[in-house]
Amino acid sequence: MARTEQTARASLGDREGLLGTLMIAPAFVYIAALVGIPFFLAIALSMSSATIGDPSIHGFVGLSNFVHAIHESAFPLALRNSIIVTFGTLILTLVLATAESELLVHDFRGKWLLQILLILPWAMPVSLASVDWLWLLDSEFSPVDWLLRQMHLLGPGTVWGPANHLYFYGKEWLGLGAVTVINVWRLLPLATIIVLAGRTAISHEIFEQAQVDGAGFFRTLFRITIPALLPLLVVAGMFTALIVFGDMAVVALTTRGGPGYATQLLPYWAYLKGIEGGALAEGAAVALFMFPILLAGAILALRMAYRAESN
Amino acid sequence: MATLELRGLKKKYGGIYAVNGIDIAIKEGEFLAILGPSGCGKSTTMRMIAGLEQPSAGEVLIGGKPVTHLPPRERNVSMVFQSYALYPHMTVTENILFPLKARDVPKAERETKLKWAAGMLGIEPLLQRKPARLSGGEKQKVALARALVRDPALFIFDEPLSSLDAQVRTMARSELRLLHDRTGVTTVYVTHDQIEALGMGDRIAIMQRGQVRQLGTPKELYDNPADTFVAGFLGSPPMNLLERGGRIVGFRPEHLLPALPETAANDAFALQVRVQRLEFLGADWLIYGQLEGGGQEEKILSKVSPSVAGTLREGELREFRVARAHLRLFDPATGLRVDDGPH
Repeated sequence: MARTEQTARASLGDREGLLGTLMIAPAFVYIAALVGIPFFLAIALSMSSATIGDPSIHGFVGLSNFVHAIHESAFPLALRNSIIVTFGTLILTLVLATAESELLVHDFRGKWLLQILLILPWAMPVSLASVDWLWLLDSEFSPVDWLLRQMHLLGPGTVWGPANHLYFYGKEWLGLGAVTVINVWRLLPLATIIVLAGRTAISHEIFEQAQVDGAGFFRTLFRITIPALLPLLVVAGMFTALIVFGDMAVVALTTRGGPGYATQLLPYWAYLKGIEGGALAEGAAVALFMFPILLAGAILALRMAYRAESN
Repeated sequence: MATLELRGLKKKYGGIYAVNGIDIAIKEGEFLAILGPSGCGKSTTMRMIAGLEQPSAGEVLIGGKPVTHLPPRERNVSMVFQSYALYPHMTVTENILFPLKARDVPKAERETKLKWAAGMLGIEPLLQRKPARLSGGEKQKVALARALVRDPALFIFDEPLSSLDAQVRTMARSELRLLHDRTGVTTVYVTHDQIEALGMGDRIAIMQRGQVRQLGTPKELYDNPADTFVAGFLGSPPMNLLERGGRIVGFRPEHLLPALPETAANDAFALQVRVQRLEFLGADWLIYGQLEGGGQEEKILSKVSPSVAGTLREGELREFRVARAHLRLFDPATGLRVDDGPH
């Protein structure tokens, strides 16, 4: 009797609906706790009068934090700089990642060494990397300055003279350029790995066919390789753009947004305002400015990737 | 359209010769099939003709001009790969026009050529499609149109039918040969399928271990194989090869027939065969037999008509005969043919 009862009852493993819900629950809790709640908290914060001294979100002030932020002189600069740095990094990264994947897809002597060198920036701790870059572009001891002086491009009586130093982190465009270059250096390995995965998946016969059909290097690159890589270029581009647009580490460790607000970026400005300046609510408002842009960018990129893939 | 000549062509990969000295001259408009088992060097030979591989030694001449060190685009050869290698993100039209654009052919001429090639292969309704939406047979036609569109000196086909379904393949074979006859472009056709080589080639080059074992018309190769490799490779099933009196005796299964009791074995090679299995092949029957009387166990195959197969029983011992005119003799040491062969 007991045996028949046992076999008749369905175990948990047989109840697929319940089992599925149970198994997906941890992921749901995790996303809600670490993404959902902070996000709605940030929205609530941005519409309150909270400060570091009084971090309660009870004082509802509507959109006045946003209006106030827009009218600050730093806002248009930070927005402009964020867009410039993001697009600059995006374009340079995609061009270089395509070039690198084209190089790495072929076999040659010493390829392993090149692969290690190309992947190294990814494995390097941010603190160590920032020391490197602070020294490379230092106002007094920059080896880049030294190299330019040796080439007679910098110093008294030369094109970029008469000063002996470029002061990378002290000038608007050099500062933005430096931030862009460091971002490219940092994100190129990831983009290269993504693009290379796509490049190795393209059948070798396609390229041989193009060779026999009479296509030269550039025709093959622009008519065969890049269109075939497009879905992965979009993915790599999206990763790059989202990381750069939301990043404050590079600018915080180099120019610190200066001189004035000349190289200020939105995320760093939000941090300075909200945490350093104590205006929690305004900081949250500035940070949220980026959200619609990031969301629109992500949706657009995913749609492009999907369309390119389905073709 | 042009002649093709290979002189002492060799290709070495890491100390091993994949192709070891090939000399072939192909006439203008000829259809040459290169046939061989996988790893025989036929693909490497083809790639050296196309310019995708540099030979270690030897010369390639197209239309009498040495092209050995020219890149593929300077050789004016068209190639159809096994996978068809259609450009996946381009429409059929863009695929066909690609080689013309790469050669800066004027737009008006491009349009004329496109119409001509598409008409030749009957693919006009497919022109706006992407390759992903084509069947295997349609892809093959698009690849052919793309190869045809620029008046190549030479066509190179790399097993172009092997990815088609069996039913489509027979039709495709005859269509491909008809296309060759209409356009008259000199063709090199690489395959491991002897039916394709026998059925389509004006001549066949049979390759093994980087060398051409025999070059001749399909009938020459089938009737008079130059060595035991060709004898044992060509034909389905291939020649029976038996060692008799210091010679290898070869004969085709369709020439080995059960002896009729009333006839005398006057001018025939007779064998006592234990019939082991009768296999129905449709039009023919295949007889699996074992020779009796010899020291070692020798298997033998015979291919007979249904009426003859009706007289045989599995397990019985019967005398089989081959007319002497159908015997081919080979040297056991070298594998080479030793009789002149009846002509």
